Amino acid sequence: MATASKTFPVLPRLWPAGGKRHGPRFPVVRILLRSLSIVVFLALWQLASIHHLKWPIDFTNVPSPSQAALALLSLLHAPKIAKDAWFSIIRVLAGFGVAAAVGICLGLIIGVSHFAEDMILTPLEVLRPIPAVAWVPLATLMFASAESSMIYITFIGAFFPILLSTIHGVERVDKRLVTAALCLGAGQKAIFREVILPGALPSIINGLSIGMGTSWFSLVTAEMISGQFGIGYYTWESYNLQKYPEIVVGMVLIGLLGMGSSAIIRAVGQYMTPWAQIGGGHK
Amino acid sequence: MTPQLAPEKRAICLENVGVTFEHRGNCVEAVRDLSMEVREGEFVCVLGPSGCGKSTILTAIAGIRPISSGSLTVNGTVISRPGADRGMVFQQHALLPWRTIQENIEFGLRMRGVAREQRVQIVGEIIKHIGLTGFEHHFPGQLSGGMQQRVELARVLVNKPSILLMDEPFGALDAQTRVQMQELLLSIWDKSRMTSVFVTHDVDEAILLGDRILVMSNRPASIKAEVIVSLQRPRCADTTVSSEFVKLKRQCMGLLRASTYQGGYFRGLRKEEPEGCS
Repeated sequence: MATASKTFPVLPRLWPAGGKRHGPRFPVVRILLRSLSIVVFLALWQLASIHHLKWPIDFTNVPSPSQAALALLSLLHAPKIAKDAWFSIIRVLAGFGVAAAVGICLGLIIGVSHFAEDMILTPLEVLRPIPAVAWVPLATLMFASAESSMIYITFIGAFFPILLSTIHGVERVDKRLVTAALCLGAGQKAIFREVILPGALPSIINGLSIGMGTSWFSLVTAEMISGQFGIGYYTWESYNLQKYPEIVVGMVLIGLLGMGSSAIIRAVGQYMTPWAQIGGGHK
Repeated sequence: MTPQLAPEKRAICLENVGVTFEHRGNCVEAVRDLSMEVREGEFVCVLGPSGCGKSTILTAIAGIRPISSGSLTVNGTVISRPGADRGMVFQQHALLPWRTIQENIEFGLRMRGVAREQRVQIVGEIIKHIGLTGFEHHFPGQLSGGMQQRVELARVLVNKPSILLMDEPFGALDAQTRVQMQELLLSIWDKSRMTSVFVTHDVDEAILLGDRILVMSNRPASIKAEVIVSLQRPRCADTTVSSEFVKLKRQCMGLLRASTYQGGYFRGLRKEEPEGCS
């Protein structure tokens, strides 16, 4: 179509050529652009807080990036931050680990069995919209130690994305593949191992990556319960002590750790599903 | 319609078979009162308009879809479940995307517990035969549609099934690739003479491949006519321009056209829903 090649695509990323008419987009250019976006964002923030912008956000008491950077520097010199990070990482990993194990197992069972779906999924659907913070009072009652309560909150954060992605992954498995495997002499167990599990894997990995993020998401909530260490605790404590730049430091640290751990999961996931990385072919 | 055969020569035998199933809440009568026989070593093509229920016959023989009435036996045994003795070639996208070509082809062998060295040897031979040497460790998604169908065929043949069932296996390929695949199938079949049932809506394909063509009526499918293809074997793409071929083609097209007008578009207007659902 002559006209289509001349007009600019409405959604360049969805266009077959991938928006190539921008000119070549080398990885270097993209990395530079992404770094630039952070710099611009920080600069705008700095300007807004220097000029005490009042509207739409009141920046009077919001610390500027430079203040936050100074707070971060002093924090990095203090030995406590490593311990804070360590405690938080352990909590998130514990909650996430349990959520992954339970979520994937339940998801697989619900995905393959209508009976399990009817029996298990309904109460879970009721629990799903309850935010992590609403769990705090009950979590402290449910577990003897504060540590377990905190891990439970991070578990809640990670559990539902993993569960739902697993169910979705199993349901999405192409029935033709199951039929084909049956015709080649595969039994029930082999179907599960050879078709259902790998078929659901990309979706499960996606769920794990999202779940890792939402687990960090609920960390501050978890560490509000109690504690002496932890980045969430540090953030909450800074608010109580009116150390505003430190709040930002805590938030940024959580953001970075969450982003990093999700990226690790995605990288491992891509390594485990080489077939899903093939462009052009089916799946 | 088909002459009664001695029991030992019947590879596939359908007697008054009906298939009714539920599809998206609707009751569909796909096959009604269908009787057919396939001799051992015979290549039968089932030719019919799209959506006439011809694929359903194949899935019933494969044991994927249960029959609602009548009897269905393969080599004298009643079919109740899928099995590796009846190899089924699907139209497309039935290869395991997460398995390499080698692993896809050896799938059936692995299910039977054949040792690794033996698998590699068997698969290596068949890969050479279908001309995909060098692609052993590619994923299906990295291959063209035609290559994927070669793998599909090889994956079924490696199981050495007694019966080969093919459900429009070349339907999604471009015309040129389809002819290549037909010639490949002919060359394989000429060597093995495996009992085969091939479902297609392509008249040329049916005549080129089959010993016998069963022309189906509209849904619910039943056999409308039988055409014996006495073209000499081995056949190749050139066969399709012979005068005998053209004569057969005219005959088949006439039969197909009649079946389309009989039911076809007007069936829906008269609201003649298939009855007999339970």
